[in-house]
Amino acid sequence: MIGSRRVLLISGVLMICAWTLVPIYLVALGGVGGASTIYAWPKPFWPASLSIGNFTAFLQIEGIWAAMLRSVEVAVLCMILSLLLGAPAGYALARFAFRGANLYRLMILMTRAFPVGILALPLAVSFVRLGIYDTVFGVALMHTALALPFAVLVTASLFVGIPRELEEAAWVFGCSGPGAFRRVVMPLAIPGIAATAIFAFVISWNEVFAASVLTVRNKTLTADLLTLLSEAPLQSQLAGGLLLILPSVLFIFFVRRYLFALWGVASR
Amino acid sequence: MRGQTLRPYLLIMPSLAFLLLLFFVPLVQTVALAFSTTTGTGVGNFVQMLDDLDFRDSVRNTFGLVLCVVPLQLLAALGMSMMLRHVRWGRDIILWIWTIPLGISDLAAGLVWLAILTDKGYLNTILFEVGVISGPQSWLTYETPGALFLAILTAEFWRATAIVFVVLVAGVQLIPREYEEAASVFGATAWQRFRRVTLPLLRPSIQTALILRTVLAFEAFAVVLAVGGRNFPVLVSQAYLWQFTNQNYNVAACYAVLVTLVSLAATLVILIALRPRAGESA
Repeated sequence: MIGSRRVLLISGVLMICAWTLVPIYLVALGGVGGASTIYAWPKPFWPASLSIGNFTAFLQIEGIWAAMLRSVEVAVLCMILSLLLGAPAGYALARFAFRGANLYRLMILMTRAFPVGILALPLAVSFVRLGIYDTVFGVALMHTALALPFAVLVTASLFVGIPRELEEAAWVFGCSGPGAFRRVVMPLAIPGIAATAIFAFVISWNEVFAASVLTVRNKTLTADLLTLLSEAPLQSQLAGGLLLILPSVLFIFFVRRYLFALWGVASR
Repeated sequence: MRGQTLRPYLLIMPSLAFLLLLFFVPLVQTVALAFSTTTGTGVGNFVQMLDDLDFRDSVRNTFGLVLCVVPLQLLAALGMSMMLRHVRWGRDIILWIWTIPLGISDLAAGLVWLAILTDKGYLNTILFEVGVISGPQSWLTYETPGALFLAILTAEFWRATAIVFVVLVAGVQLIPREYEEAASVFGATAWQRFRRVTLPLLRPSIQTALILRTVLAFEAFAVVLAVGGRNFPVLVSQAYLWQFTNQNYNVAACYAVLVTLVSLAATLVILIALRPRAGESA
């Protein structure tokens, strides 16, 4: 009885793994299988010949390289901004009992009920006026609005997990407040902060709507791919999809230990 | 100690200012844009939105998608997190694989399913091999609305179940094992333990997961465009179309206001439906 239950569980687990992985395998097959795979019928489920022809064809579409580079720039900028703005607030929530702390936390939580990406529509108008429309900086600002509430909550739960006694001990030994933060809290918080940064990067890297609305010529990779949907041949689109997926898969691998401890708890 | 009392405010100030400028101000601007017409303030833009040929379809499609996909995802994620509790070997790698879609953009997910479901795609190859169809067949056109809906539903389900799963697993981890052990000492079956102990204790996590997921599902956009193109209008793709193709920022803002209102209403419904019952601590 116990035996058959285990078999059921294991086959269930494996089926869900397959459900996640097989589609990625298939798009990879289309992405690197060469143009012959794309138009083959019936489709082979194994690569006939591995060529990176599709990939290079995709990259040769004018501006794809530049778009990818821009996507990286936007994501890095978004990462830096969300940490610079979010981590201090997270620290304040974790360490100080101050009037308005609950109100602030509630406000951060409330942003969740809003479709924040949609706000790119009026921002397009303001950005034109400010001269940051169609720039890396403009898109990064918008993406920071998406990633910031998350960064605040995650860093707050991160700092709560670091005993304040350690910090107080540093004060006793003559460290200033900021000094104790830098020498004691920071080293302990670095792994979690890195995970937060990676999340901010992924949020920005994957975002489509705001990036499409806020750019015209200087498109990010997602915005560029969106316009290619109706223009480029299928194999290029799949190559682009693969290009979008690969970094994310790696990122999730690196932060998998923090996924539940940080995101799960911070989402409550 | 004046510095001490001021410090937390100095620390939250930058983020507060940022959110004011890039969240609150654009929110107000959206409403202002939606109500400003060439002749002054009014509901003219909304009338134009209602007259939009695709308006009814986009409302129907959006709600159909959200109402189908979110409950399915909740069920699947609940099942997955319960399964995970019994996994003894390879937990780490299973968690990684199950959460991979979390990092995948909705555009990429749409492209993945486009590769599978297109005329000469992998699904048709399988159907062909087992003899269901005799040649390449289109599923993603306006002539096959049922299949198109299923395709988008599948893509959205594939991509975004992971976030519900992550929030639920985090919640499950907070439930002391002793509760269930106590229940089984008193003779509760596995189903009764799940129904009477685990599920009520998971309520806050379920609430959070539902809110996060529902708001994002109303925003679904790139996945829909990648799989269905113009054949499956949704609210956000209409907003994009009015802003970009028609260059009419006002009607686009109307759609944005509508999506915002719908998201807020959904959040409110979930908050009320899953509020802590009397006699329970949250």
